[in-house]
Amino acid sequence: MAGKVKWVTDIEKSVLINNFEKRGWVQVTENEDWNFYWMSVQTIRNVFSVEAGYRLSDDQIVNHFPNHYELTRKDLMVKNIKRYRKELEKEGSPLAEKDENGKYLYLFVSQSNKEAYVISLYINNPLLIGGRKFDLRLYVLVSTYRPLRCYMYKLGFCRFCTVKYTPSTSELDNMFVHLTNVAIQKHGEDYNHIHGGKWTVSNLRLYLESTRGKEVTSKLFDEIHWIIVQSLKAVAVNASPSLTSSTANDRILKYNLINDTLNIAVPNGEIPDCKWNKSPPKEVLGNYEILYDEELAQGDGADRELRSRQGQSLGPRAGRSRDSGRAILTTWK
Amino acid sequence: MLQEESDLSLIIAQIVQKLKGSNLYSQLERQAWASLQRPEIKLESLKEDIKEFFKISGWEKKLQNAVYSELSVFPLPSHPAAPPEHLKEPLVYMRKAQGSWEKRILKSLNSMCTELSIPLARKRPVGEQKELLNKWNEMGTDEPDLSLFRPVYAPKDFLEVLINLRNPNYENGDSLSFRTHLGLIQVPLKVKDIPELKECFVELGLNIGQLGIDDSTQVPPELFENEHVRIGQKVLSEQDSAAAQQYIRQGSPTALRAELWALILNISSQPEDVLYYEQLKTNVIQHDLLVDSLIYKDVKLTASNDDYYFVFEDYLYQVLLCFSRDTSVLSHFAFNSASPPKSYIRGKLGLEEYAVFYPPNGVIPFHGFSMYVAPLCFLYHEPSKLYQIFREMYVRFFFRLHSISSHPSGIVSLCLLFETLLQTYLPQLFYHLREIGAQPLRISFKWMVRAFSGYLATDQLLLLWDRILGYNSLEILAVLAAAVFAFRAVNLMEVTSLAAAEAVLADLSTLKVMPLLQIFLFATVT
Repeated sequence: MAGKVKWVTDIEKSVLINNFEKRGWVQVTENEDWNFYWMSVQTIRNVFSVEAGYRLSDDQIVNHFPNHYELTRKDLMVKNIKRYRKELEKEGSPLAEKDENGKYLYLFVSQSNKEAYVISLYINNPLLIGGRKFDLRLYVLVSTYRPLRCYMYKLGFCRFCTVKYTPSTSELDNMFVHLTNVAIQKHGEDYNHIHGGKWTVSNLRLYLESTRGKEVTSKLFDEIHWIIVQSLKAVAVNASPSLTSSTANDRILKYNLINDTLNIAVPNGEIPDCKWNKSPPKEVLGNYEILYDEELAQGDGADRELRSRQGQSLGPRAGRSRDSGRAILTTWK
Repeated sequence: MLQEESDLSLIIAQIVQKLKGSNLYSQLERQAWASLQRPEIKLESLKEDIKEFFKISGWEKKLQNAVYSELSVFPLPSHPAAPPEHLKEPLVYMRKAQGSWEKRILKSLNSMCTELSIPLARKRPVGEQKELLNKWNEMGTDEPDLSLFRPVYAPKDFLEVLINLRNPNYENGDSLSFRTHLGLIQVPLKVKDIPELKECFVELGLNIGQLGIDDSTQVPPELFENEHVRIGQKVLSEQDSAAAQQYIRQGSPTALRAELWALILNISSQPEDVLYYEQLKTNVIQHDLLVDSLIYKDVKLTASNDDYYFVFEDYLYQVLLCFSRDTSVLSHFAFNSASPPKSYIRGKLGLEEYAVFYPPNGVIPFHGFSMYVAPLCFLYHEPSKLYQIFREMYVRFFFRLHSISSHPSGIVSLCLLFETLLQTYLPQLFYHLREIGAQPLRISFKWMVRAFSGYLATDQLLLLWDRILGYNSLEILAVLAAAVFAFRAVNLMEVTSLAAAEAVLADLSTLKVMPLLQIFLFATVT
């Protein structure tokens, strides 16, 4: 029993439990000594609230950062963007003025019970495929905030609307056209149960390169990655991806996702130790790619060269890091 | 020598004949007249000067591409006295078999018609026309009751017909020998063996760069990919069909593929092409055909459920409904062993003046037909261009996959090639599968009939179709099918039933096509 990671979860999902069991980890209850706790958002809030005063010991890790619950909902993005913007102003960054949305994505946020609103630019000529609007579901793992180390799962996907897009304002009332969350789509009449209207991101890439060309597509993905990193820096991320699987393919995807996530977060299945050097070796990444590694980015040039030659970094080709790796890192300065 | 010369002049005469009626011809004529205004055109050397002008302005290139296109599509005349049916199919027994098969299909279609009391064609009332026009871009949302319609035939019905094909002049003898073909196809057509295939597909060799292999993440792009892309761009700027066809044998870069395919197929999307498509669309709006329901049903059953192609459902209707009405497709029946079904105006049965082809393009769709169009949606999103590309792909390649003929790219030859490759180079596997009642062709047939569409991942499928265009042949489908079996041979040797064998080969979506082909052709001991 000594040396085996002890895990707890309050989310009964097979994609999680199967991954824990296959590593030979031991299930315990939350009152016992545990090393790894996959918590629901509610639990995080309770456990790490100011009143509870709970502190993790050196051999414990959880699946969300302690203050994450506070920072992951769209209504709290306001506070963080304000704070981030102040920091940027100090740095003299032009970002302080700009809206941080990219060309093809949109976020629609407003909370009626807050005084300050964050309203993102609504784009009324979005990119359509087959006449339909779609959004991107990308999985990003943040292993540390300081220094910022994040990974993007290569197998993200896009979700399509079942209904054709029309820009007329009366359609704004039609929930099915504009909101693409699977949960809502399922109740639309056209929902196809066999595949839930999804494409892999690599498929999207193939389509865009074929119809629009390589440069435009690469630029698009670069900008998306850039936005993600900026958002993380403002700590504005949805902490709880849905772990419910709607199709068999979906289940497989999420199983593999959790598997790769655990490999990075708990390398070699060893009991967590906060004094680890947390930059994992390339082999462990699985389907994740380094999105941004602050240490690498700010490290000395030689070190970066060495890393980018061996490691995987994002760009049109993962692993073709000689050019694309460096290009990514330099555009964000 | 004399024979060759007269062959050549016959070919030239035929091509000239074909091109005389084309748009390109009138354009060239106009250009020639207009060029007379130019200072460099002198009366004394009129012919040479105009030729020179054509060369410089790129018109000669266009003509070259058109001639090349004709050569690729139209079979060479075997003998000036050969009757037209020989051009369709030289072997009598094949022609007869195709004829009976067609009769069966028609019978099936007619009885469906009678059962459901639906006419083969009817004019739409004005209200219905308006409605259809309004939802032209989202016909997928329509949910007509299609439960009573059945596909006219499925690939497995067609396979049964092919299995029963016999050459009456060929006596096999009752005794088994090492020459006996153990597969399902029992007609003696000539197919290539691996040494011949290696010669034919020489550009797929191990020491030659390929897209689909040498552009993978582990390989630095300087080794092959960058240069290949540069050459591709050059080929496109030269607008040379023949060069493009040669180039694409090593695969096409994703960003250049749409243009390269259009160049090879000699599609240039002129205003008159767009107009022609709009005219077809009008025909769809005005008349409803029974085959429309078959098309709807097929799309709903196949493409709509596909992980990659479901997005393009509406495009598929827009292409296939127009395709059914396109009478220009009828010209390909000159070299297709099939013939368009004939129907007669009500009450005028047997009177040739009242005969019409049904559907107007002569092609009756079968289960899975829409999958020929689906992958093209990844390349072209403008409907009339998409339409033209599909139509050209159909009259060059796809028609051969569902008609009975002796052509080397015809489905019969492909089946025989597949079985022969397996029997010759993987005899143990072939014998084992046969013993457990899992004749390999029963599994691979559907892959080949659909040119692997819907079975491979899209990027892999496009790499495969690059080579179909590059080699102007469908033989690669049979080679790939054999290569897939070779790849999964270990698992297949352990199965004990047809169902289990099907299960081993059910999912091809993770396969990488080019390495499989390369290994099978160039790295297997022969």
